[in-house]
Amino acid sequence: MGTMATAESYVIAIGTKKGLWLANSPDRKEWSLSGPHFLMSEIPSIGIDTRNGNTRIMVGVRSEHWGPTVAHSDDLGATWTEPEQGAIKFPNGTDAALERIWQIYPDADSRPGVVWAGCEPISVWKSTDGGEHFELNRGLWDHPHRSEWGAGYGGAAAHSIVVDPSGEKVHIAMSTGGVYRSLDGGASWEPRNKGISAYFMPDPNPEFGQCVHKIAADAAVENRLYAQNHHGVYRTDDGGENWDSIADGLPADFGFVMLTHPRREGTAWVIPLKADGERIPPDSKLSVHRTDDAGGTWKELHTGLPDHEYNAVLRDAASVDTAEPTGVYFGTRGGAVYASADEGETFTEVASHLPDVLCVRAAVVVGIPAGTEEKADAPVLG
Amino acid sequence: MADFTVLLPGVLQPLVGGQSYLTASADGAVTVGQLLDTVTGDYPVLARRLRDETGALRRYVNIYVNGDEIRRVKGLDTEVAAGQEVLIIQSVAGG
Repeated sequence: MGTMATAESYVIAIGTKKGLWLANSPDRKEWSLSGPHFLMSEIPSIGIDTRNGNTRIMVGVRSEHWGPTVAHSDDLGATWTEPEQGAIKFPNGTDAALERIWQIYPDADSRPGVVWAGCEPISVWKSTDGGEHFELNRGLWDHPHRSEWGAGYGGAAAHSIVVDPSGEKVHIAMSTGGVYRSLDGGASWEPRNKGISAYFMPDPNPEFGQCVHKIAADAAVENRLYAQNHHGVYRTDDGGENWDSIADGLPADFGFVMLTHPRREGTAWVIPLKADGERIPPDSKLSVHRTDDAGGTWKELHTGLPDHEYNAVLRDAASVDTAEPTGVYFGTRGGAVYASADEGETFTEVASHLPDVLCVRAAVVVGIPAGTEEKADAPVLG
Repeated sequence: MADFTVLLPGVLQPLVGGQSYLTASADGAVTVGQLLDTVTGDYPVLARRLRDETGALRRYVNIYVNGDEIRRVKGLDTEVAAGQEVLIIQSVAGG
């Protein structure tokens, strides 16, 4: 590795229906691809933990045959480790079995080692050892609403976890169930969905039961979050007490993605789809939309993206990096992956013809991933 | 004491140091569940590949005892007699 081992580079981890690919670039313009890792297993969740100057890539792996597990790599994919006893296992007495890991969320720099996970069946987990072992969040698992939470089309899961700087205020989102908030670091949870429509239910304004597809926190304004709902794009300025529509100016209010800027107030990205019943980009034209005023106005970003696209972009198949200007990344169910080094103004294609992209995460790392060609010895979930 | 042999599919063999089968000894007949407990005792990752944390056999893992798929017999309670072959095969699924 020599000098390359100390140089910074950009990495995109691309989780697909049939394995993981890693893309690397020194400049976010030219990308090289390595993989597949875990061929024939789906990778629905990825967390890249760059705290403390190290890089750990954690992946939720799920084999149709052999079940789900969490693996991690501390050498940018050269080797992978799976904890012997399994990182996420439902404890005795729950009579539940892990189906799928939907979210891996490294906590703040001030809480090194803390990693959260959101899973199917609907559950939230917390690790304090860098993602090698997670504990079930009992406050949510034992919540009296649990029997009433339902399954979205993709399964019943907690898929979004947002922890505030103090670590006390935690927002999660689940499909279906909606947004729940904890003010005590996850010990207890209350639904916070006022203003979010559940048009598909007899009472379209229930306390919970919404199908919130993704939530993300504003970078700088405390208590401000954004939500992409199953129809509806919303913002709260009071920690979820009230949600208001910010869909005006978007071509459609359906979609899965919600991204926020790592540092700048008011900036968020969505990737609209036409409708629940027509899950294709509006006018079959693939575009990202960005707001810089917290949803007051939206700008369509299409440069470098295809004029004709019939594939959806899933909730975790998009990411930002922490560079300046911020990079924006996403992949489609058609196996194309795009990167922007200028906050979405222009995109370049990183990969194409991969399996359905389920998860994309990007980071600035030290070193480069091993291998740029398909590797015969890449791990499979055997 | 009788010897029992559990044959593994190739994709699982790296989890047990490349062995194609695992063996156990017992007095008399055992159930498939007991046999799996024994042979996977030193291989927790293999155990998780075959059964979830409730102990249930994963949906697309098929186990055959003397040619019979155990779901058509008594599931993990299916008895295995000395000398009978226990074969683990992943089912044909996916796309």
